[in-house]
Amino acid sequence: MIESHLPAYIALTFVLFSVLIPAFGLWRSELSQPLAVIGSGIAAAFSVYGFLSYLNDGALRYFFGGWEPPVGIEFVYDGLSGFFVMVINVVAFFVLIHSHHIGKREFPGKEMPYYALAMLMMLGFNGMILTGDLFNLYVFLEIASLSGYALIAIGEKPAPYAAFRYLIIGTAGGTLYLLGVGFMYTVTGTLNIIDMAAMLPELYANNAVFAALILMIVGIGVKAALFPMHGWLPDSYTYAASSSSALIAPIGTKVAAYILFRIILWLFGIEITDAVAPITTIIGIFAAIGILYGSIMAIAQSELKRMLAYSSISQIGYIIMGLSLANPWGFAGAMLHVLNHAVMKACLFMISGQMRLKEGHSDITKFDDSYRKKYPWTMAAFTIAAISMIGLPPLAGFFSKWYLVLGTIDNSNWLFLAVILISSLLNAVYFFRILEKVYMRNPFKGQKEASDATRDESPLSMMIPTGILAIGLIVIGFANAVIVSVLLGIYPL
Amino acid sequence: MGDFFMGHYAYWFTIILLCIGLYGILFKKNLIKKTIGLAILQISVVLYFVSVASKTGDATVTVIDANFPVDQVANYLNPLPHTLMLTAIVVGVATLGVAFTLLIAIYNRFNTLDEKELIDKFQ
Repeated sequence: MIESHLPAYIALTFVLFSVLIPAFGLWRSELSQPLAVIGSGIAAAFSVYGFLSYLNDGALRYFFGGWEPPVGIEFVYDGLSGFFVMVINVVAFFVLIHSHHIGKREFPGKEMPYYALAMLMMLGFNGMILTGDLFNLYVFLEIASLSGYALIAIGEKPAPYAAFRYLIIGTAGGTLYLLGVGFMYTVTGTLNIIDMAAMLPELYANNAVFAALILMIVGIGVKAALFPMHGWLPDSYTYAASSSSALIAPIGTKVAAYILFRIILWLFGIEITDAVAPITTIIGIFAAIGILYGSIMAIAQSELKRMLAYSSISQIGYIIMGLSLANPWGFAGAMLHVLNHAVMKACLFMISGQMRLKEGHSDITKFDDSYRKKYPWTMAAFTIAAISMIGLPPLAGFFSKWYLVLGTIDNSNWLFLAVILISSLLNAVYFFRILEKVYMRNPFKGQKEASDATRDESPLSMMIPTGILAIGLIVIGFANAVIVSVLLGIYPL
Repeated sequence: MGDFFMGHYAYWFTIILLCIGLYGILFKKNLIKKTIGLAILQISVVLYFVSVASKTGDATVTVIDANFPVDQVANYLNPLPHTLMLTAIVVGVATLGVAFTLLIAIYNRFNTLDEKELIDKFQ
């Protein structure tokens, strides 16, 4: 019974809680955050259970109201969407637990609208992933984006301006995507992805299909912060409240990357995508430029959150590069990197939130070796996540890069191989300079500074989620063979 | 050649609107004007969908009529693009609402809506 309705339950949980939070929050504002945790916890449990039952029973198509496609709207719960839903809901669950103290400090009194918006945003992201209908996807995209703009605007003084810039460029991207959907509809007469994919081979090298593909890639690329369209990202992530950046950074760009996977691999297929022009190679090159650009800009930043934001631009490049390789190893590497990057980035952004709570800033130049005494566990979690970002074995980040490298070797694409290796070195530069400040004594300062520091660890409600995510990175690292064998089973070709 | 323009004049207007919208977003420095450009861009896509669905001649609304058998598709308008655009218009209105809310927040904090002045104030 539960299995057959599961896709709808996941989305409806968020609808229910986005209504419950204002209802209870008006009565007691402090109930909002626990309710949000419960809501995302239920959704996370559903999605983990759903992915396990996918592994046993195979894919599931849920027809709303019993109307079969192409007339009705459907949710498709297959390997790809099940995997993404599981990753984003579990990460969101931990981030929302962590946000309790950040909420009290960074947006006091605004908890009720904040968590209601967070639930709506998660509804949008889950809907984008699950839906099997291109126009429905646009509506969910706008739900997620509009609540995302509002979440980003709750933050420091320049936050509304950052959110406004994101709104302009994001809505323009969404509109271009809608125009692409319009072209596809006029050519095929359907909006259902599976139905449309069955008709497309007859429309090989059709101009309208090609234009629609370009419009969709550009529109979604804005949301994914693919290299030339990344301008909104650093400011938004820096000025938003710490819990919003921890919620949006690991999830938002991944969901857009998911749509690119769905459109290129499932809807069009590699052959039609490359029929008129080598699209996959072109987005691969943009991804490669984005990887290097993001890493180099991250080195230049002195603010932890801004550095992590540029690092996100670089990491989304890995995922898109895995897509552009269009072979099973590249796909498995990209999927594993989605999981790893969601966990690593959530962990790092949560730690930057803890620094802001405890120290009042997250300025890297002010980090020193007293932090090691004051926050031993936070810094341990930071070290694990940072080393995983760099990609040292046996942590998770190593394995996703390893499979991406296997993919580039499979395609004999030595340029991309070099980009991955150089970018790993650049990652090492910007993370080791922080680790050096924290764990090495500064020779130009007095000896006693570190010894005065007393232990002042973050509250348990923050330390437990951060710690679980950091341990999760080690577990994923050791379990990579199992995960990759599952992921290779999802690959459509 | 004339037929290429006159035969598709609705699409040409749509393209012109799309370009005006993009121009407003990219080159206008005032944030209100950027928002207006955004609205024009969205409306151009709405008009594209509506003009795609239009039919000339005897075509009418989708009410089953014994005089027009269902299998004669040319007698009925396709209602789907119109219904889709109702949703898209609502999305557009919601976007404008969020955009103006953000503009009010920006104006209250910085006392200007000019992009150059805003960037000067950050530095």
